Amino acid sequence: MLSGAAAFEPSAVQRPAVSLLPPAERRRCAPSVAWALAVAQEAVQSSGLDAGTLSVVFVSSDGDGDIVHRLCSALATPAAAVSPTDFHNSVHNAATGYWSIGAHSPAASTALCAYDASFATGLLEAACQIAIEKRPVLLMAVDLPYPPPLAPHRPVRHGFAAALVLEPGTGLEISLDGSEPTAPPMRDFEGNASAACVPLLAALARPGEALVRLPLAGRVLQVRKI
Amino acid sequence: MNPLGVTAYTTTTALGRGKAAMLEALRRGKGGLRANDFDRAELRAWIGRVAGLEEAPIGGALAEFDCRNNRLASVGLGQDGFKESVSRAKAKYGARRVAVLLGTSTSGILRTELAYRQRDAQGNLPPDLHYRHAQNLYSITDFVRQVLALEGPAMTVSTACSSSAKVFASAARYIEAGIIDAAVVGGVDSLCLTTMHGFSSLQLVSDEPCRPFDAARKGMSIGEAAGFALVERGAGPLSLLGYGESSDAYHMSTPQPDGEGALGAMQQALTRAGLEPGEIDYVNAHGTATPANDRAEDRALVRLFGKRVPVSSTKGFTGHTLGAAGIVEAIVCFLALEHGLLPATLNSTAIEPGLESMVLLENRAAKVRRALSNSFGFGGSNCSLVFGE
Repeated sequence: MLSGAAAFEPSAVQRPAVSLLPPAERRRCAPSVAWALAVAQEAVQSSGLDAGTLSVVFVSSDGDGDIVHRLCSALATPAAAVSPTDFHNSVHNAATGYWSIGAHSPAASTALCAYDASFATGLLEAACQIAIEKRPVLLMAVDLPYPPPLAPHRPVRHGFAAALVLEPGTGLEISLDGSEPTAPPMRDFEGNASAACVPLLAALARPGEALVRLPLAGRVLQVRKI
Repeated sequence: MNPLGVTAYTTTTALGRGKAAMLEALRRGKGGLRANDFDRAELRAWIGRVAGLEEAPIGGALAEFDCRNNRLASVGLGQDGFKESVSRAKAKYGARRVAVLLGTSTSGILRTELAYRQRDAQGNLPPDLHYRHAQNLYSITDFVRQVLALEGPAMTVSTACSSSAKVFASAARYIEAGIIDAAVVGGVDSLCLTTMHGFSSLQLVSDEPCRPFDAARKGMSIGEAAGFALVERGAGPLSLLGYGESSDAYHMSTPQPDGEGALGAMQQALTRAGLEPGEIDYVNAHGTATPANDRAEDRALVRLFGKRVPVSSTKGFTGHTLGAAGIVEAIVCFLALEHGLLPATLNSTAIEPGLESMVLLENRAAKVRRALSNSFGFGGSNCSLVFGE
């Protein structure tokens, strides 16, 4: 029982501008946060809702690889001196923290990870929040390739970010199911867990009914667009 | 909200393995912090370290998961008959109707940190990094789910220090929405270089055992811990009565000075529980012993509760267990409720003038019917939980 407005960015885009953030935060936030907030801002604008009324669900399988690389590189030196900004930016909920600051929103937020099932997990969490708390939810997902030397250990060809604003309504029915996931249409996004939402975005973009199955631990999340 | 029964729980911290070890330590006022002896031990700090993890590698079918964080999870799950409690729930509801929702801030990243010291001449990492089963945040939940052979929804919540409190809220919603009947909630965080050096770089770490709310406090002591609880549909003698979640919308690593966000989370928790502030018998504060947190939290507590409710921080016992702090301190509340013990704010001797909450410096024996626990994380992520009968 959800209806949605959506935005997404494939990796051809360089670091996007995030007008929502004040200049200092805009400079300091990590690339993955910039991506997430750029699409989030776009989705919220097109929804017409006030950002302060939205609870936020952030998902990412892999977080920000640039920060992990810098932190681990620094930690491997004798001085082990890490950047304090890198450290507070390394939390999985950095994007929601920056969002709340930029949007001046005290609304609840969460940050989730379920590896390849991260997007569907976020959608399930959002659906339960909508059902129980009866308020709209901003769902944002981002995964970017890891830099070397981490890259071979989690191969992701292209970055991807998407955001949806979901409201109580009659647009989508969510259920748990035991069948196979719908395969994502673009091979370019192989390895990118956030891009698992592409079949859903495609269904939302087209008129008419649709049935999409997204990977969840051991089964699928079935999303019926009515 | 409909109360959610807490039907089993266990924790392993620097105080020892299992809940009896924690209860004994709280009763005796005997903390678990030690002078930093982790890794190269360069930082002058006190830490809450769990003994014996170096001798407890994960072998067999789950050997890919071997890392300090999952070892701590494995040790934690083996206490207090927790696995048997989960098996009973699985038999009652079906494996697909029991979820696993766990918090962590750093998962198995220690393995990657150490691997960076072993890069070859071309800068490559060793092939046995096991990113998916160690570093990745989902690793801890995947591991626990497989150890417990559960098949319901599973996710890691990673919102820094509020992680393993927020899992209670998600579990309550999933159960209320009817997609599950029970959940294993909790969290695990283990000592690693990122947090040790990271918090130090922000000058948030004390070179003495932390002393929350104390006039002479100098910052936090980091600890590691595992904690788990089984929650089920339907009220019981020990239940989650309410939860509240909010954001500070202020700064990434400093709390809102007037405690507005914290106040919002606590008020929501009381509202969901259908309780007035005066009905809370004990508050387990987030109480990290940083100057900023304790001051901001005190403001929020006084605004909501006045100066009447007994408050303590138990981070002097266990250290700040980060992604596991929510569950560890929920369990302190469980023990308070079950044993009528309000624990002291260990290591603290003189409350900072100007802080007005009734901060306990000695243990107190009293009937506790309702307790509230606070967990506040980086990014201004706030979560408050109310437990009781």
